[in-house]
Amino acid sequence: MSILVNKDTKVVVQGITGKEGSFHATQCKAYGTQVVAGVTPGKAGQGVDGIPVFNTVEDAVKETGANCSLIFVPPAFAGDAVVEALDAGIELVVCITEGIPVKDMMMVKDYMRKNYPKAKLIGPNCPGVITPDEAKVGIMPGHIFRKGSIGIVSRSGTLTYEASYQLTQYGLGQSTAVGIGGDPVHGLSHKDVIALFNEDPETEAILMIGEIGGTAEEEAAQFIKEKVKKPVFAYIAGITAPPGRRMGHAGAIISGGKGTAQAKMEALRDASVYVIENPAFIGKTIAEALGKL
Amino acid sequence: MKLHEHQAKEILKRYGLPVPEGKVAFSVQEAILGAEELGEFPLVVKAQVHCGGRGKAGGVKLVKSYEELQEAVEGMLGKVLRTFQCPDGKPVSRVWIEKATNIEKEYYLSITLDRAVSRPILMASAEGGMEIEEVAKEKPEAIHMLHIDPSLGLMPSQARKVAFRLGLPVNEFVKIALALYRAYIDLDASLVEINPFVLTKEGSLVLLDAKVELDDNALLRHRDLEELEDLSQLDPLEVEAKRYNLNYIKLDGNIGCMVNGAGLAMTTMDIIKLAGGNPANFLDVGGGANVEQIANAFRILMADPNVKAVFINIFGGILRCDRLAQGLIEAAKMVEIRVPVVVRMEGTNVEEGRKLLAESGLNFVNAVDMWDGAKKAVELAS
Repeated sequence: MSILVNKDTKVVVQGITGKEGSFHATQCKAYGTQVVAGVTPGKAGQGVDGIPVFNTVEDAVKETGANCSLIFVPPAFAGDAVVEALDAGIELVVCITEGIPVKDMMMVKDYMRKNYPKAKLIGPNCPGVITPDEAKVGIMPGHIFRKGSIGIVSRSGTLTYEASYQLTQYGLGQSTAVGIGGDPVHGLSHKDVIALFNEDPETEAILMIGEIGGTAEEEAAQFIKEKVKKPVFAYIAGITAPPGRRMGHAGAIISGGKGTAQAKMEALRDASVYVIENPAFIGKTIAEALGKL
Repeated sequence: MKLHEHQAKEILKRYGLPVPEGKVAFSVQEAILGAEELGEFPLVVKAQVHCGGRGKAGGVKLVKSYEELQEAVEGMLGKVLRTFQCPDGKPVSRVWIEKATNIEKEYYLSITLDRAVSRPILMASAEGGMEIEEVAKEKPEAIHMLHIDPSLGLMPSQARKVAFRLGLPVNEFVKIALALYRAYIDLDASLVEINPFVLTKEGSLVLLDAKVELDDNALLRHRDLEELEDLSQLDPLEVEAKRYNLNYIKLDGNIGCMVNGAGLAMTTMDIIKLAGGNPANFLDVGGGANVEQIANAFRILMADPNVKAVFINIFGGILRCDRLAQGLIEAAKMVEIRVPVVVRMEGTNVEEGRKLLAESGLNFVNAVDMWDGAKKAVELAS
């Protein structure tokens, strides 16, 4: 077990003939992921590293049975690409594209909620998801990860690498690592991913990496308090981040005092989450707490 | 991207929104010409800066004659306006002159994205004026919040409810709220905020101030709006960084940081603080930085005179460590390295990266991990 992706996941890469798309499709395939198809409108019949290219996601699904999409389409067209994947019946959409207009994602998310409530979106502006030794659906360097029992969920890419690297140094592998992305409107939240880890028998402990802003970490804390029995560790980045880099007064009004690193850490501690303060000791702290040092 | 008040008002006017009649002026002469065109006193002179709290800082003045107008404009143009929100101040290069409004009561009205539910939210309050954040803290029930269905848009019945609760002229308010939502959507705004939104003594509604922020990601389809950006309101180093697609925010510490990825960049700032130091900046070179970007990032870091040491913390993913090392070696040819540089590298091609740096003859300090790097940088900076 694991969550979201495994060795049976069949991936279609949207935007496969672009520079990023072709590079990462090849990398994912080399890692052992089943990359069964690519899509670029008008380029059906071509191939990228032996991966067949189709005109539409619908064609790709029909021909190859793909059930997961990995998107590298440029920002102006990426929202449309997510819709195309959903309409083709894809259950898990991983959108790597950075810089998608917020309004586009707002409309896409609304469409998704109303028409495909069971489909899952990861990202955009994220590193993707990896189940070590089974499937890498994203842009993370695979060699940093190691099979194991810690589930990781994070907004940030490089911080996920850092944490996984530290865990690996202490002999602690990962069940699955999920980078949910940092855009204002995105798919799965911290809470959603923690809920999946909670149900996964292979995941023994959860590491949540949060950041200042928004209230996603507070919502996750509430869920952990009510539902999660597994040990949860958390690190919140941005204790020293400058205030004032937010939207006028409106952001502050919505969050009503939440959103600061302090508020998030308090909420997490209140939910019996082990909050790690020094990011250099993420691996060490977890290893000690789990008695594996 | 932020718009000036005058730009926001000129744009919102096109949506039929009631803004006071006014003119923008970059000089005293233009101000006088503008006043002549407006044709009557009293007028209000407002310094155009990307900063709240102007009123209390002398950035808004009521004038009743040409003499007073000239005095007010001269007192603002070319000066730096410091407010409680921007203690360092912002340069004033233009003023907005508008017809004075007879205020009966001040309200608050805004539309932004509620990230928690991924939908726009309209907020309105009868507790308008300057301290809306205080209202949010102490009397949250005084702020009416209305979530908007993105596919349906704002419906008149929904806006009407808010108008009744606030006791505002109903038809007029509905018209304004709907137009404001249309502008929010059309412009790809991340925020439209009207504070104060006023009821005049004559009984009509007026947008007395207007703050509009645009979604940077959407500027690709708003080239006309992109041209409105006033770079004088940004830190010069931040403007420079933007040219190279680097995410740089200047802070007031003395340890320059260069990191890949926003999360790790914030983490690096945190760990410097934990080690007893102060970061001079936030700098995210991004996931796929090339040699040129790395070199420019390094140059920008060094251009900050406060920087006494540099901490480079890179976890190579897409950005390979050897490419980073090449960038640093290139940078060393472009700029004089006048302070100690601590490098912590891990991840993809780290061995090649370390080898390149070791053979470059550059006198960089190696760190084994983040904590080691932060401690060394703090020590070297003091």
